Amino acid sequence: MAPYEADDNTNEDERPGRRRAARYVVPVAVVGVAAATIGLVPAFAGSGDPDLPEVTAQQLIEKIAASDVEQLSGTVKISTDLGLPSLGGLESGLAPGGGGGSGGEGSSADPSSKLLELTSGTHTLRVAADGPEKQKLSLMDKAAEYSLIHNGDEAWAYDSESNEAYHMTDTASGSAKHKGEDKKEEAPKDIPATPKDMAEEALKAVDDTTSVTVDGTVRVADRDAYKLLIKPKQSGSTVGAVSIAVDAKTGVPLKFTLTPASGGAAVVDAGFTQVDFTKPAASTFDFSPPKGAKVTEGADAKHEDTAHRKSDEDLGKELDGLEGLKTIGEGWTSIARFDTGGEGVPSASESADAGRLLDSLGTRVTGEFGSGTVFSTRLVNALITEDGQVYAGAVTKDALVKAANAAQ
Amino acid sequence: MSRAETTDGTDVTAGTGTVEVVGVRKPSPLWTLGLLRNELVTTLRRWRTIALLGVLAAVPVLVGIAVKIETSDGASAGGGGGPAFIAQITNNGLFLVFTALAATLPFFLPMAIGVIAGDAIAGEANAGTLRYLLVAPAGRTRLLLTKYATTLAFCVIATLVVAVSALIVGALLFPLGELTTISGTRISFGEGLGRAFLIALAVAASLIGIAALGLFVSTLTNSGIAAMATTVGLLITIQILDQIPQLHSLQPYFFSHYWLSFADLMRDPVYWDDLYRNLGLQGLYAAVFGTAAWARFTTKDITA
Repeated sequence: MAPYEADDNTNEDERPGRRRAARYVVPVAVVGVAAATIGLVPAFAGSGDPDLPEVTAQQLIEKIAASDVEQLSGTVKISTDLGLPSLGGLESGLAPGGGGGSGGEGSSADPSSKLLELTSGTHTLRVAADGPEKQKLSLMDKAAEYSLIHNGDEAWAYDSESNEAYHMTDTASGSAKHKGEDKKEEAPKDIPATPKDMAEEALKAVDDTTSVTVDGTVRVADRDAYKLLIKPKQSGSTVGAVSIAVDAKTGVPLKFTLTPASGGAAVVDAGFTQVDFTKPAASTFDFSPPKGAKVTEGADAKHEDTAHRKSDEDLGKELDGLEGLKTIGEGWTSIARFDTGGEGVPSASESADAGRLLDSLGTRVTGEFGSGTVFSTRLVNALITEDGQVYAGAVTKDALVKAANAAQ
Repeated sequence: MSRAETTDGTDVTAGTGTVEVVGVRKPSPLWTLGLLRNELVTTLRRWRTIALLGVLAAVPVLVGIAVKIETSDGASAGGGGGPAFIAQITNNGLFLVFTALAATLPFFLPMAIGVIAGDAIAGEANAGTLRYLLVAPAGRTRLLLTKYATTLAFCVIATLVVAVSALIVGALLFPLGELTTISGTRISFGEGLGRAFLIALAVAASLIGIAALGLFVSTLTNSGIAAMATTVGLLITIQILDQIPQLHSLQPYFFSHYWLSFADLMRDPVYWDDLYRNLGLQGLYAAVFGTAAWARFTTKDITA
């Protein structure tokens, strides 16, 4: 500013128009500098991949398995884009017992209704763990937070927006806390929320239908990490690649990215934005419901478990409980098939209105099996034939039709 | 700033060597403070300023009484709706501070700032007093800085009026004591008070951007009313645009986008990311519109 101070008496200037214009250079320059900073800083931040000793994929997988980190706290950013239409309020209504849909009995603090929110959009979570007995997972909302706290025999879920709490003891506790921290846990697991959970799910799928390579190094949450790239060898899978960033020091997976074969944005992208491997404060895991909070006791543990089977990668397997389920193929291209025994999807000729509605949601296909409707998301496709057969899997539409043809 | 002014004074003397410049008394640093004090007192003693602060102080009273009446039969407040933190007020009066700030931040507070900032230059021009202010050897830059400092001081005062009024009403109507953070952990009442103060500061800092915007608009026109209306209009427009999903990629640059981040101070541990983003954004708005106001005001023909 200093050079301009002298000429407050602008009238005496020879070319006032030019002087005036010159002053507006300052705000424009500020905007320019800000835009350049916003544009360039991420580019520079991403360029410095760390220099780490070479490892093989096998060594890296062993490193993950051998990782014995029990104390950590951090912030996780998770984005999911399954290509599902936004369900909004419907989502919570779909969760059994959630959202108060069943005659006001439900509590908004019920974990089953809340965790379904994670299946779409971008969310920020906080995780903290101290051994198998103490975990906390918080889902951050605008000016509110939804926390799952597991401390010994007790498990709490607390929704600060409505000031409601959900309490479970001992046996049911497994379903409320965030899974993967406790390997002894046999109960069905929650929606995988941390990169570690997702990495474990992905590594389970590693067999001879998969190629696993180490794809350089990367910085995640200010830590040096190796990048493990998992790719299906078979064609026909909708999964393009799974990339896992593994912390070089501790072997903890820090970032998980699942990209579809069709390209575009990642279907699931979950990674620590900040992580700390020191012991979290003990008070983090202490919870007693605040005065006046509505507390719901979670009585039925089983009911919880079924609600929690749904997960991003498991959408296809969600049909588990139904009868007549068969699996076709193996590895990444396995297709779940079951017989609903019913009429299946009505064709347009039978019921014009229903047919038109279904056509707008899916695409009609025909083949040797007859005809049916394919419902697509970015990861999972499902084919429902007219005779009531359902084929679903993380495979392309063509693979579904081929499977249906072969099954005839 | 004062150092720069002094340097410039000598520059002018050296460069032009004219006699009348030498005759001008070099302003002392205290002079700026005197000008600021004078501005502050003038602003705060205006009836419209007092009325604005009165409206702001009334909001927590209304919220407090409404919650008290609604919950007198034991029902819980809010029922899932309403401003943030409203469900906790009945259990701890301190939450009324957070609720009142959350309720006033989207509109009442920035509107008050828009009125003060829009009035800053245009109001003086409208009343015909701007030329008298410029007759004093303060310089236009210094006058503009003083006006901006006065507006920022009003941001802090307005926020504190809401917070203190809410604290008094909360203490009178509801119990006080240990409180539960939104992360579910407990903190003592003393720490809660400390966080309430930090939240008030964060809310005041959230208004830096609109204050600079209002000041810039104020240099564009000679009508105080037009400047206030434009500033408040911009505020409402930005708030509406911030709700449109298709503008997703632009929204992080709207000055109101991170306003609710003050609630992150109630998490345990505090989540600083959005708070820093908010401060950075407000600083950027202050820099851009502050310099734009300077460019406009120092080259403007003062006709009123």
